[in-house]
Amino acid sequence: MYKIVEARSVGLNIKQFVIEAPRIAARQKPGQFLILRLHDKGERIPLTIKSADPEAGTVTIVVQAIGKTTSLLNCLEAGDSILDIVGPLGHPSEIEKYGTAVILAGSVGTAMALPTANALKQAGNHVIFIEGARSKEMVVFEDEVRQASNETYMMTDDGSYGEQGLVTKKLNELLAAGRKLDFVLAVGPVPMMRAVSQVTTPLGIKTMVSLNSIMVDGTGMCGGCRVLLGDKSKFACVDGPEFDASLVNFEVLMQRNAMYRDKECASLKQFVQNKHKEVAQLRAELAAAEAMTKGEIHD
Amino acid sequence: MTEKNLLPLKQRMQIERTHMPEADPLVRSRNFEEVNQGLRTADALTEASRCIECAKPGCVVDCPVGVKIKEIVALIYAGDYLAAAKKLREDNSLPAITGRVCPQENQCEGGCVLGKKGAPVAIGNLERFVADFERTSGQLGLPAIAPSTGKSVAIVGSGPAGLSAAGDLVQKGHRVRVFEALHELGGVLIYGIPEFRLPKSIVKGEVDNLRHMGVEFETNVVVGKSVTIDELMQKEKYDAVFVATGAGLPRFLGVPGEHFNGVYSANEFLTRINLMRAYQVTEYDEPVYDCRNRDVIVVGGGNTAMDAVRTARRLGARTATLVYRRSAAEMPARAEEVKHAQQEGIEFRMLTNPIEFLGDEKGWLTGARCVKMELGEPDQSGRRSPVEIKGSEFILPANVVIIGVGTTANPLIQSSTPDLKTTAHNYIVADPGTTRTTKRGVFAGGDIVTGGATVILAMGAGRKAAVSIHDYLTTGVWETAAEAQAWRVS
Repeated sequence: MYKIVEARSVGLNIKQFVIEAPRIAARQKPGQFLILRLHDKGERIPLTIKSADPEAGTVTIVVQAIGKTTSLLNCLEAGDSILDIVGPLGHPSEIEKYGTAVILAGSVGTAMALPTANALKQAGNHVIFIEGARSKEMVVFEDEVRQASNETYMMTDDGSYGEQGLVTKKLNELLAAGRKLDFVLAVGPVPMMRAVSQVTTPLGIKTMVSLNSIMVDGTGMCGGCRVLLGDKSKFACVDGPEFDASLVNFEVLMQRNAMYRDKECASLKQFVQNKHKEVAQLRAELAAAEAMTKGEIHD
Repeated sequence: MTEKNLLPLKQRMQIERTHMPEADPLVRSRNFEEVNQGLRTADALTEASRCIECAKPGCVVDCPVGVKIKEIVALIYAGDYLAAAKKLREDNSLPAITGRVCPQENQCEGGCVLGKKGAPVAIGNLERFVADFERTSGQLGLPAIAPSTGKSVAIVGSGPAGLSAAGDLVQKGHRVRVFEALHELGGVLIYGIPEFRLPKSIVKGEVDNLRHMGVEFETNVVVGKSVTIDELMQKEKYDAVFVATGAGLPRFLGVPGEHFNGVYSANEFLTRINLMRAYQVTEYDEPVYDCRNRDVIVVGGGNTAMDAVRTARRLGARTATLVYRRSAAEMPARAEEVKHAQQEGIEFRMLTNPIEFLGDEKGWLTGARCVKMELGEPDQSGRRSPVEIKGSEFILPANVVIIGVGTTANPLIQSSTPDLKTTAHNYIVADPGTTRTTKRGVFAGGDIVTGGATVILAMGAGRKAAVSIHDYLTTGVWETAAEAQAWRVS
């Protein structure tokens, strides 16, 4: 059981949680993720870690309600608990002094890109952060983004905040203005990462993307998260989650991510209809689990 | 012992082997309930009366953990099942599990002298009988625990190797804490072996027994990621570590089309079904491909492949086909699993190998291009190696393909523990006699050392590790006598 010590809404359907998880907090590095499970019949889902406080023993995650599990999770508040959390998983981001580093992040991807942006800035890079969102309500962590970067651009699809357009529009503008870009990291929806790669790869700019493939265990044991890099299969959980964008087969990634879409939609629909009951059930189950594990040591 | 078997040996040898009652194949191939139902008491007594009590029992010799089978069978014959169970637990801390999943035909029953002319004593069935009797009796013969030694051992992995080492070490008075990467305890016994072969309640029961004996468990810890071996020893002050992380990454075939939706590793397919209970679609959230009225192919010939194909059948597959590149004689699966699979309508396509998977434009699997094989010269494993027959290509339609051709070493611990020596294939190097690794205080055993093997061999490694960990903790001597000698000479 992992206690939620803080929960607050940071955007439309986007919530930030600070959770007690001392082992993960002690070892987390930028770019890593965790896997959580909410209840005894729940699925395991990977979520990226925004930050960690080793002294307080807490990690911060940011969750956008998209499917059943994320919607249920976002109904939880401070004082509630999460049944299972494991991590930190995956390789950390490679931090080097590249020169000018551009980070492109879509909405909730911003949370994941933030620690890497911070680390890149501390390593002496000139960090350009381009945050994209559908509209104003989904722009998140603007202050933190500005702190983590030397140059910041906010883009919205509908122009309701910052500049109108996709993150790649700003990227193209920078390139058109003759800016020399040495490193690019894109974190967000697959079509966005693919679009970034289509711009930067032909120019030979080192570009990394953080892949969000479907996972189960997160330790390399199942191979469900495999992604096609050229003609090689790699596991996003242990070989990634960041990969060289020029090698990634984004079409296969999108197809694989759509594998359970029907079931996911049905699950979400059922959840929305029974939301209050499901949340009440979850809390009852957590209380029972807490009573059961009393006496057992849980670091 | 009150009652001795007075039947003359000749008469004993004329008694026919009793049969394990099994669920009806037509019914069971549609549910996940256990296939084997357990011997009735009368049958267990009859079976026990078949033992001719050899002076040098081959069954004991051929048991990887040396269970005192002859004495146990005699106790069963005498009707003292609890004493039999207690005797069993002296060498095997997970008897209800091994009674179900051991390949007895290659071990104890393979060594039974009765098997030379007729059928061996059904030792596996008897083992299961006493373990189940004990469990349902509520009178568990848990062994005594020695006074605390003040030493502590971290065990990495809660599979068969980790659990058996934990049971032995806690008895010696050491503090034992088992770390498990998943949210549930039991390792392959939980995520790998299906409910119809090993009910999860049995594994939970054995884990609870260990808990009662004082073993501590911590789930959701990936050693190598959440904490390193060095941190366990230096920061958390464990005096010894036993690495029992099991088989690791699934092996794929490396043929074109393995990325299509519908191609699974057996590990993933079984984990979704067993650990995440995806077969109970309406109750559990984790999804799995809906196999109903679909064609499913499983590639491989071992127990994992057999578990996967029988699971697919239970999920309602229209056809559930096992494709294996060698012939039936080379299949490593337990004989009983093969028999059960055949009864359940699994189609066996031997000497067949997929060379490409085919899919539609949306990325969904449609079939497998296969070739026929023939057997050539023996290979390194001693089995005749399969050779492709030219021009024999054909297409098998399939919506789901499950690859069950083995695993490779998981690198998480090795890569975070630089002074732990590994083989060329990244398995941990450990002395076969003592399970000691190249790092002081660190022991390793089970699949992470040997590569994919069986539950009982992993348990054997766990027991061996417990003995040498206890030695190390009590004497403080890491080097063997021979090594110490060599050290002095140099």
